[in-house]
Amino acid sequence: MTWLEANRSYVLDMLLQHVQIAVPAVLISIVAAVALGRLAWRWRRVGAVVLGATSLLYSVPALPLLIVIPVVLSIPLRSDLNLIIALALYGTALLAGTALDAFRSVDPRVREAAEALGHSRAGIWWKVDLPLSFPVLLSGIRVITVSTVSLVTIGALVGIQSLGNLLTDGFQRGIHAEIVTGIVLTILVAVVLDVLLVLVGALVTPWRRRTPRARSRRRADDTAAVSA
Amino acid sequence: MSLFGDALAWILDGGHWGGPTGIDTRLWQHLAVTFAAVALAAAVAIPLGVLIGHTGRGRLVVVATAGAVRAVPTLGLLTLLGLWLGIGLTAPLLALVVLAFPSLLAGAYAGVESADRGAVDAARSLGMSEWQLVLRVELPLGAAVVIGGLRAATLQVVATATLAAYLSDTGLGRYLFAGLKSRDYPQMLAGALLVAALALLLDVALAFVQRACRGPAPLAPSDAAPEAAPAKG
Repeated sequence: MTWLEANRSYVLDMLLQHVQIAVPAVLISIVAAVALGRLAWRWRRVGAVVLGATSLLYSVPALPLLIVIPVVLSIPLRSDLNLIIALALYGTALLAGTALDAFRSVDPRVREAAEALGHSRAGIWWKVDLPLSFPVLLSGIRVITVSTVSLVTIGALVGIQSLGNLLTDGFQRGIHAEIVTGIVLTILVAVVLDVLLVLVGALVTPWRRRTPRARSRRRADDTAAVSA
Repeated sequence: MSLFGDALAWILDGGHWGGPTGIDTRLWQHLAVTFAAVALAAAVAIPLGVLIGHTGRGRLVVVATAGAVRAVPTLGLLTLLGLWLGIGLTAPLLALVVLAFPSLLAGAYAGVESADRGAVDAARSLGMSEWQLVLRVELPLGAAVVIGGLRAATLQVVATATLAAYLSDTGLGRYLFAGLKSRDYPQMLAGALLVAALALLLDVALAFVQRACRGPAPLAPSDAAPEAAPAKG
């Protein structure tokens, strides 16, 4: 605790840095994965190729990816952008499959009904597909948020600042308290973001609250995500 | 982009092969650490997962460990154990075992659980003992899912074994860290490419094993093979 008090501003800086890398990476992942999932949903053949490529990408270890990206894109190794791109690639790879599952989970009869009522294509997407697939999508987003926040720490190994610096610095200088602080704060960031996501989810899908049936459906979606 | 050429030249340079720091030695070290960690974790996680899947008790433990371990930064686990146990192979090996555990546990549990209940009940009514049920019905039917867990765990460990070089003089990660320290980008990139190639090869190999285990399509549409998403390392 005394270590933390003595180094409050440094820890706070690293915490902010951490969030500034994790949040954009997650946001980019969501947009890219929804687009890819939608593509895969509409064109099965293309989808199989895209999803195969993303799962292959996911098997590339993180640290090597951080070293390859700067060469391919000619950006500096020690830049936030490098880490954000790497994390966004992983997030997209992990979420694209869930996004496809999410769109498949929408009852086609509901879509047909909306079409029969005269909704446009865009209208069906915004008012039917997206809201109804949102619960499954959200469970996937929660998974990638937690893993992204934890993975940001790897950047410290190549010199990209985040809470990971508390881990490497604590190790090099032999300060247990610093490492423990780094671990606890990383988990805390993940938990806080996760709680925020759950709250946002409850806000935008009000029909899923209250009734017991909604509750059991919600549980089913969550289990699907854990195993996704 | 010529850096890739330099890295390839670095890998192909005969001087970087053979000897205690040669690519071949590092490659074997990397593989040995990976297999040791996965084997140690599997020795406990798979029987435990089978037990949970068979009895249906303790399901929450599986979900909770999978979620919790995903949130813990691998680097934190590694450095903390490194401080406690000192520089060397013990700390990274222990960290890798911890990492491999949830995927293996979830795979074994989900595999046994996914076995068609009708088949299990039929086998039971034929007079099979609980052991026979597990070994002859549940495990063969769920093999693909169990291997899926093994695949996820191996992938995670082979990736994280790179970080082990931060604490000990082991594995392909050495080239990465050595290159970082001396600003030798070709060496660093060579290390990165070697690790990535190894991970891809292992993943593809295990994917084939997994496919081979899948066998004939199940009667019920229970194709949702629950592969716990591996935490990256």
